[in-house]
Amino acid sequence: MSHSILLNILLLSPLTSAFLIFLLTISTRYTKQTLYTFLALSGSGSSAVIALYISYMSYFEHKLFVSHLFTWLNISDFTIEVTLKADALGSFMLLFVAPVGFLIHIYATGYMHKDKSYGRFFTYFNLFIFFMFLLVLADNPILMFIGWEGVGLISYLLIGFYFDDIKNTYAGNKAFIVNRVGDFGFLSALMLLFIEIGSGGFSYHAIFSNLSSIESPMLSLIALLLFVGAMGKSAQLPLFVWLPDAMAGPTPVSALIHAATMVTAGIYMVARFAPLYTLTGDVSLLIAYVGAFSALFAAIVATRQYDIKKILAYSTISQLGFMFMALGVGAYSTALFHMFTHAFFKGLLFMGAGAIIVAFHHKQDIRELRGIRKSVPTVFIMMLIGSLTISAIPPLSAFVSKDAIMNVLYASHHLDLFLMALLSSLFTALYMFRMLFVLFFSETTHEATLEPSRNSVKSMIYPMAILTLLSIFAGMLNLPEIFGGNLHISYWLDLADRHFVLSHTNEIVLMSGNTLLILSVIFYAYKRYAYNDTILKESNTGFVANKFYIDALYNMIIVKPLYLLSVFFDRKISHELIDNTIDLMAFNYRKLGKFFSILENGNVRFYALYMLIGLVLGFIYLFLLLKAML
Amino acid sequence: MLKAYMILSIILFSIGMVGLISRRNIIVIYMSIELLLNAVNLSLIAISGDLGDSSGHVMSLIIIAIAAAEAALFMSLFVVLFRKKGSLDANIFDILGSKHES
Repeated sequence: MSHSILLNILLLSPLTSAFLIFLLTISTRYTKQTLYTFLALSGSGSSAVIALYISYMSYFEHKLFVSHLFTWLNISDFTIEVTLKADALGSFMLLFVAPVGFLIHIYATGYMHKDKSYGRFFTYFNLFIFFMFLLVLADNPILMFIGWEGVGLISYLLIGFYFDDIKNTYAGNKAFIVNRVGDFGFLSALMLLFIEIGSGGFSYHAIFSNLSSIESPMLSLIALLLFVGAMGKSAQLPLFVWLPDAMAGPTPVSALIHAATMVTAGIYMVARFAPLYTLTGDVSLLIAYVGAFSALFAAIVATRQYDIKKILAYSTISQLGFMFMALGVGAYSTALFHMFTHAFFKGLLFMGAGAIIVAFHHKQDIRELRGIRKSVPTVFIMMLIGSLTISAIPPLSAFVSKDAIMNVLYASHHLDLFLMALLSSLFTALYMFRMLFVLFFSETTHEATLEPSRNSVKSMIYPMAILTLLSIFAGMLNLPEIFGGNLHISYWLDLADRHFVLSHTNEIVLMSGNTLLILSVIFYAYKRYAYNDTILKESNTGFVANKFYIDALYNMIIVKPLYLLSVFFDRKISHELIDNTIDLMAFNYRKLGKFFSILENGNVRFYALYMLIGLVLGFIYLFLLLKAML
Repeated sequence: MLKAYMILSIILFSIGMVGLISRRNIIVIYMSIELLLNAVNLSLIAISGDLGDSSGHVMSLIIIAIAAAEAALFMSLFVVLFRKKGSLDANIFDILGSKHES
């Protein structure tokens, strides 16, 4: 009993603090910033503590937390229960969503310091935590969909947070609209599922036990549509276009929503529907290929970006591609573990980028930020560790998680996938160290300091330090056998993993080969970008610098025709056809009214005349009626 | 005999109607209304005499009494109207008509 209350508190504390902050923001204009900070941190902090407890209990004692809140719908034999359930997968998600959320909250109190919309920001941020928990803890896909849409909404609100610049609003709209495409897939999949097996209940458990009664083409369709949803949320080809633009939001938003948590909702969803995807091998393979192409594409594009946050955004797409590759070949827990470490190191990198942006007064272009190592030494060290981690250098955490993915891909006998993954990981090292060398290893062009004495700066640096430690050591949780570990996380999650057998010699060869290749790429990046101005000589033309013209292509085949069509409807149909028809009718009515108003001249004698005429007509009618009757 | 009374009643009613519609002086209009009333009274009395039923008489007596009260009302109305516009031409009093729309 008490455990279900824990789950409720976990879900409701961010909601409550969001609501309180909202009330404060709309009621008073001059509230102390401290009060907002206190509310925001207590909301996300208490839920983080509970989340850690829940995952601890789930991990060590295999405890299942269930909390039935209320029955939402009850139509004859179909019921939708609002039930929260923290099974192994759910509590695994809690394990990184809640603490990272809390850390980024702390960071945001520093980043947003003295912002005029401080309260509004934390309303959204706490609300985001609430929706993310709802997504993760939902016991049925419908409740999950509410969380799914909720995080999408908050993402939209926060991308367009500084709405006085119209570009940010456009970026928010783009994210929202592209996500609609994905949500359409998700929703259609849910409807098909409901038509097929809705009568047997709609909780995950009921769905998965009834899967065998669906015919296989339909099952593939459902799996495919679900993946379209994941594609939108997790920014894979071809629906990735919103994520780079989403960097218009404040940096904590990019760190929390567009790197660590929300964009991984697609991975979570595919993993949640693992029983479905194990039955549909062809769709799974498609997922793997979409992931591979996204990973490679985004990694290549990132090598020619100049905005710190955009480089990291493409890097996120690329890393998500890695996770989808692993999901596609059936290694669900491997993908989830990479998501786990990714949340730490990508959160760290974004926070580092945010710290640099704050220190240099909102400059984001790496060409303008060269040689800043002396100005921000702490940030440099953390960014270095983050970059080493994302490039999968042993023994950092991403080495463990990404190497597991590589091994799985190699062992699955999809050599093309393996090669694409290898190539993308090399490009990953290239773009990360290109950024790092340009930022920190070149002639200084700027003098600025991040004053560590200020409290706001402290609250930015400490969470980064914790995340640095986490991204170094988080790999320990799922060490493979070869390093004396025994894949704790994978056993805990207990998903429908496909098991691949790979000899230890093979593993060692793969690992050392990868690492050597990556190190040589880093060396190449050092030669090319450190202490010279190659970066300034890069031209803006060519395929890569223009992101393979994908945005332009979308503009041409989707946005332009839609725009022209709506202009046509606006000018021709709405203005000319409909408006003119209505105007004509109104005009005629007015004419008719003018005519009748002549009769009504206010003169009593005329009214008497009309009465007389009426009477006479009435009598004539009666007379004719009588005559006809007789 | 009834027929003659009824014809007289119809003639009186028609005269009253024409007066009501065509004359502009309010007092004449009032007289025309009285004429209409009395035409109806006449037909009521004639029919009730013909049927040997006295309810028609009662009705017409009541109508006469009411017409007397009405006359007092009309007189005061004339005075008010004349004070307002200085005239008793019915065509002046048309503020309810469409001409006075804003």
